Amino acid sequence: VSTLRRLPELLVPALLVLGTVLLGLSVSSYLQAYFVDTLVKVAIVVGLYVFIGNSGVLSFGHVSFVALGAWTAGVLTVPADQKAAIMPGLSHFLQHANVGNITSLLLAAGVGAVAALAVGLPLMRLSGLAAGIATFAVLEITNNLLTYDQSLGPGENAFSAVPQTTGMWQAAIGALICVAVAFLYRSSRFGRMLRATREDPAAAAAAGISIYRQRLLAFVISGGLAGFAGGIFVHLLPLQAAGLHLDLTFITLAMLVVGGSGSLLGAVVGALALNGLYSFFSAATNGVDVLGWNLTVPQGTAEIVLGVLMALVLILRPAGLMGGHELSLPRRRRRAVEA
Amino acid sequence: VTLAFLNLSWPVFANGLEFGGIYALMAVGIGLVFGVLRLVNFAYGQLIMAGGFALAFGAQWGLPNWLSILFCFGVVLALSLLMDRLVFRPLRTHSPAVMLVATFAVAFLLQNIALLSFGAYGKSAGALAFLDAPWDIGGVEIKKIAVISVATAAGCLFLLQLLLTRTSLGLHMRAAAMDFRTAQLLGVRANRVIAGAVVVSAVFAAIAAVMLSVEEIQVTSSFGLSETIFVLAGVVLGGLNRPVPATLGGFSIGFATGILSGTLPANQSQYLTSILFAAVIVVLLVRPNGLFTRGAAPVERL
Repeated sequence: VSTLRRLPELLVPALLVLGTVLLGLSVSSYLQAYFVDTLVKVAIVVGLYVFIGNSGVLSFGHVSFVALGAWTAGVLTVPADQKAAIMPGLSHFLQHANVGNITSLLLAAGVGAVAALAVGLPLMRLSGLAAGIATFAVLEITNNLLTYDQSLGPGENAFSAVPQTTGMWQAAIGALICVAVAFLYRSSRFGRMLRATREDPAAAAAAGISIYRQRLLAFVISGGLAGFAGGIFVHLLPLQAAGLHLDLTFITLAMLVVGGSGSLLGAVVGALALNGLYSFFSAATNGVDVLGWNLTVPQGTAEIVLGVLMALVLILRPAGLMGGHELSLPRRRRRAVEA
Repeated sequence: VTLAFLNLSWPVFANGLEFGGIYALMAVGIGLVFGVLRLVNFAYGQLIMAGGFALAFGAQWGLPNWLSILFCFGVVLALSLLMDRLVFRPLRTHSPAVMLVATFAVAFLLQNIALLSFGAYGKSAGALAFLDAPWDIGGVEIKKIAVISVATAAGCLFLLQLLLTRTSLGLHMRAAAMDFRTAQLLGVRANRVIAGAVVVSAVFAAIAAVMLSVEEIQVTSSFGLSETIFVLAGVVLGGLNRPVPATLGGFSIGFATGILSGTLPANQSQYLTSILFAAVIVVLLVRPNGLFTRGAAPVERL
């Protein structure tokens, strides 16, 4: 019975994703790109939610796993005959390794998870501010290495020639996989234990929960999802290291915080709402029609709208739009079930 | 006299001191606000950026240097007080995590406003570039800005020490940093103390902006950003809670930046960021409360 009652926690976010797909399929192919991009953002933000939402610990490091996933999937799928031209400094092993679309995504997830494990083993011992700054340091190091180490990928240049296999469906399936994994983790005993440490670390530790181990597990799953999302992202457009740094960290954190980091629904709603808004204002730099009015805004308006909105939500509703709630079946029926 | 035993030349050493001085001031600025508000201000770099643009406008309008520096102070102070009033004050009772993310939002917002207003290439603030030239001190060429930076930092920190130990505002600030609630109960006025910290922190940001503009003539929307990131790491490294550890942390990371960028060969100096942040992680693992603090400091849960 309890599983049935919690099913909406999975179904509502999944339906929101599917709704986005349907809406996306009904618009012109020019606008469709924005919807695909939004679905990729959903995948990233849900990955972020698995750790931050359940543990209550802030991480600025997740975009580094997105970047590592993107690098993995990108390097391994650039056609062999174009590798030397795009990535002249690539290490010998990577020059000859080539895999297909699906394999590249799985490997991206794997690399994300392994990197998160390697980073998390020492760092999950930290909490508070130290953890925030340490994860930030991870972001800086990853970005620095990927930008300058040409044996790993294209360095500062964009990842051109990666097969653009991420269309509406690949993005949608990717987002749905992330949502499903997040839901399964959330409802597992591990997810519950981690949320217990979020609510009261002392009491959770007293009840025999190892805060370190639970955080580490969530961090690894979260890193895997982030890597996976990065793989999908690089198959969508030619990414470069500069685009997988502070701005993406800010935007995805903003989505999570605005939606409400306490719930999966919040993560999905935040990503959809903010990326929708962001896309709208980005499109409006070329002029859009709103109910017969032609609206044109200067470049950069999208970022400013996002910043203002985030500050407002934080001031007026710090738990986010969803306030940390999942949507479950109406209360009256739940009482009847319990009775 | 040489520093041959350290394999360093005097100019490189002076470069380290120069960055150390600037970073120490920024570190105190961030640390003071953290002390009273428990708020790590990510947007500190954008205050410096605003100061840089103020200097650039001063140069464009042909203002004399003292006037354009004054203008820079005015702009940074105004922006800082505005930030406190509009964002920090409503968020004062929220968790440190919410405040941290909020300052992240403010930083992003201000940076994009600057990008929108002044474009990707920004503006030029070259009026103080003459300070980049060297002085000949006993046969060794030391850049003027290095001497000025060290002297200014030392002077400012001395004055701050006087403020904190010899005035009632300083006493209130220290009390508030120790335990805000108790201090309030004992009659310390919250708004006054916070305004004091915000103003001092803004003054230091303005000084940092002036000194950074000597070498970084082109002011863009990312002016002061990477410096702030390093300083934030340095502040946490030293220990956020007290001004002295925070200063030492900021100074060390600035000094290390200056020395390493002068001694590493070009193909390695691009990895400077990685080296410094790897060091930050190691220090955090060994001493999560900071290198220069004694005993266990209260840790914020983020």
